[in-house]
Amino acid sequence: MAPPIIELREISKSFPGVQALDRVSFEVREGEVHALLGENGAGKSTLIKILTGAHQPDSGTILLRGQPITIPDTRHGLKLGIAAIYQELSLYPDLSVAENIFMGHQPSNRFGVVSWRQMQQRARAILHELDADDLDVSRPVRGLSVGNQQRVEIAKALSHDARILIMDEPTAALTQHDVDRLFEIVRRLRARGVAIIYITHRLEEVFLLADRVTVLRDGRVVGETMHVSQTNQAELVRMMVGRTLDTFFPKDAAEPGEVVLEARNLSYGRTTRNVSFVLRRGEIVGLAGLVGAGRSELAQVLFGITPAESGEIRVEGKPVRIRNPREAMALGIAYVPEDRKLQGLLLRMNVRENTTLAVLRQLLRYGFVDDAAEMRLTQEYVDRLQIRTPSQMQQVANLSGGNQQKVVLAKWLAAKPKVLILDEPTRGIDVGAKAEIHRLMNTLAQQGMAILMISSELPEVLGMSDRVLVMRQGTIVAEFDRAHATQEAVIAAAMGADALHTTPAASTTLT
Amino acid sequence: MATSTTRWATPARRSGVTLQQEGVIAAAILGLTVVVSLANPDFFNTTNLLDIVVNTAYIAVAAAGMTMVIVSGNIDISVGSMLGVCATIAGELARNGAPVPLAFAVAVLAGSVMGAVNGILVAYARIPAIVVTLGMLSILRGGLILVTQGRWIESLPEAFFFSQRSTLGIPNPVWVMLIVVGLVWLFMKYHRWGRAIYAVGGNAEAARLAGINPQHVQFFVFVVNGVLVGLAAVLYASRFTAIQSNAGQGFELAVISGTVVGGVSILGGTGSVIGALLGSLLISQIGTAAIFLKVSPFWLQAVQGGLILLTVLIDVLRRRRFA
Repeated sequence: MAPPIIELREISKSFPGVQALDRVSFEVREGEVHALLGENGAGKSTLIKILTGAHQPDSGTILLRGQPITIPDTRHGLKLGIAAIYQELSLYPDLSVAENIFMGHQPSNRFGVVSWRQMQQRARAILHELDADDLDVSRPVRGLSVGNQQRVEIAKALSHDARILIMDEPTAALTQHDVDRLFEIVRRLRARGVAIIYITHRLEEVFLLADRVTVLRDGRVVGETMHVSQTNQAELVRMMVGRTLDTFFPKDAAEPGEVVLEARNLSYGRTTRNVSFVLRRGEIVGLAGLVGAGRSELAQVLFGITPAESGEIRVEGKPVRIRNPREAMALGIAYVPEDRKLQGLLLRMNVRENTTLAVLRQLLRYGFVDDAAEMRLTQEYVDRLQIRTPSQMQQVANLSGGNQQKVVLAKWLAAKPKVLILDEPTRGIDVGAKAEIHRLMNTLAQQGMAILMISSELPEVLGMSDRVLVMRQGTIVAEFDRAHATQEAVIAAAMGADALHTTPAASTTLT
Repeated sequence: MATSTTRWATPARRSGVTLQQEGVIAAAILGLTVVVSLANPDFFNTTNLLDIVVNTAYIAVAAAGMTMVIVSGNIDISVGSMLGVCATIAGELARNGAPVPLAFAVAVLAGSVMGAVNGILVAYARIPAIVVTLGMLSILRGGLILVTQGRWIESLPEAFFFSQRSTLGIPNPVWVMLIVVGLVWLFMKYHRWGRAIYAVGGNAEAARLAGINPQHVQFFVFVVNGVLVGLAAVLYASRFTAIQSNAGQGFELAVISGTVVGGVSILGGTGSVIGALLGSLLISQIGTAAIFLKVSPFWLQAVQGGLILLTVLIDVLRRRRFA
């Protein structure tokens, strides 16, 4: 048997604080669709980036048709016939289909003059192979359907003569009709001997399309690569989870109080659809789901960043309207966003100025900020959150990630919210700071705050939450109380693996 | 105080970068004074040094407004044309018999109106500030020449020459400069809206999530800038016996140079009005020093340009460390 077209042997890669890949071995053969599965953060993206040349492995070898190679950058990867299509398409909206397909390697003569005629002809030929003759190669990409844009991306990969095609969740944003067409294209490419690495969160696709499947978890291959005929959905889910829950999550059982926040049939665009849930005083509710399930989008609806288009929000029983963050704040809602650098911090301002930003109004004397009061307030939160900073005057850019996150938290806690929405509160911070933030959440809940926590780390969700809501495709698909929230049940609900739904008794009904 | 064992442990600094920058500029001003005085002792003379400050006053007043604009993440290159329009309005009114205080007040009002137009176009129509104010620069300059037909405004009443007088032994322009800079400094540091300017320029998204409306802040900043340009125009117009129709040409360069050299980050989010004052002083001083040292004025422009590039380069390098 010929050697696999590409093979990874014992590849390891680490980033500061994370072992992204740990001695991963993986191979793909010509004319094969190889599915790659794993939870958020299992190492799939790193693996792709190593294959395309975007990242370099720390150790291990890559073999192309049995020959060891290095892939110094993505340009080199393309030359070797390795192309990737990402979930977020990377097209130039104002350039034509043909220009997009040949971006960076336009057919040109030796003076570098581009031959438009040739470019369009070749673009048409490639699209013909994809059975996409209906696409006009001279029209701009802007305005094409997502499915058509994706075909342009695939044509782009083929224009490089890709022999290895990596598809990262290609069906995430497609309609059923486009999904069918995509499958047809994938099968065609397979028949032509292209090796396809297919990443998906939809388990049923694995069985419809793939020949073999490999599961990653915490940067390692789980078990070994299997033929799809040898496995089933339940087994794949078990392989993806099965992480041990460590004990440092300090959540104490709390006696939840009265309802503080209630959402009824909230909708916004296609990302938040008919969401209903309640949040009670003193409870931590975990919001689980895969990347793109609409969790952050829901938080943004609740905080008025993208106000709900329909549905109702009630705060302490009273129906309210939340049209912008200011109104949300006035109602006692605080939102600690996912990306602290982009959405949370003024990096070049100091700890004090960041801490008091949302509450300056309360620190005014004769219309001006009272220096002493501002200092006292800041010190209170520096002490309470144990923010490690040489002084209140330190620019937050100079603090560590964990302490930056505490400054963002301080800013919102200073507003004394009734409802605290935390979006990935411990992402990218060290273990010590993480435990401190968990302890703090616990204390806040015991003092009566209602906390809605979005997290992509399943152990964190299960360890910290009194209840777990699971979102999928913009809506809440399941709810578990603490006792019934298991990794398998949550993952199965998040992936929509119907066969695995827990017994109805385990999931309490929504109000 | 919590344990101060962070990796980055550095001495406490008030607003970090800017204080440093202000110190450097102040040292440069003192150093330059010493060096030039040694080369030409006539330079070190109270009248001369005070002249430098008086001549800087109207630039520094506008630089205070420019500081707010640049900190908010914008720019205003129409201030030269605005100064010309405001100065002409004040002069024309006074020449035609309007009470001088009224003439001055109308000039300031005109500044605020022009600032408001800039502000509406930038904040609410969301046109980039550089484009809005470039357009405004041309429109106002062209309009001014059409209206005045290039004539100078002369035979102004004696009461008009506010800038030529002194109060308690200190020239009026210096008083105005100190008061404006002081107020703007207090405002930006201790007023909620002042803080909002830094927040919007530093991270508009974070500001929005903290309940600040970035559009209102930007509009406000342009209006205040207009008011201060109007005030600068009063100081400018009342210095000499005539107001030329090309008044304020190139003024925007002086103002932006002073502000940027004073450490106000062209990328928004940091800087102080004290820095802008010192930057403006330094640039004026370099100009005067060049005369005393008999250096060609063309060298002067090159030095000014070099200074701007150097400050911005330092700023960009500092930022890269945080990226």
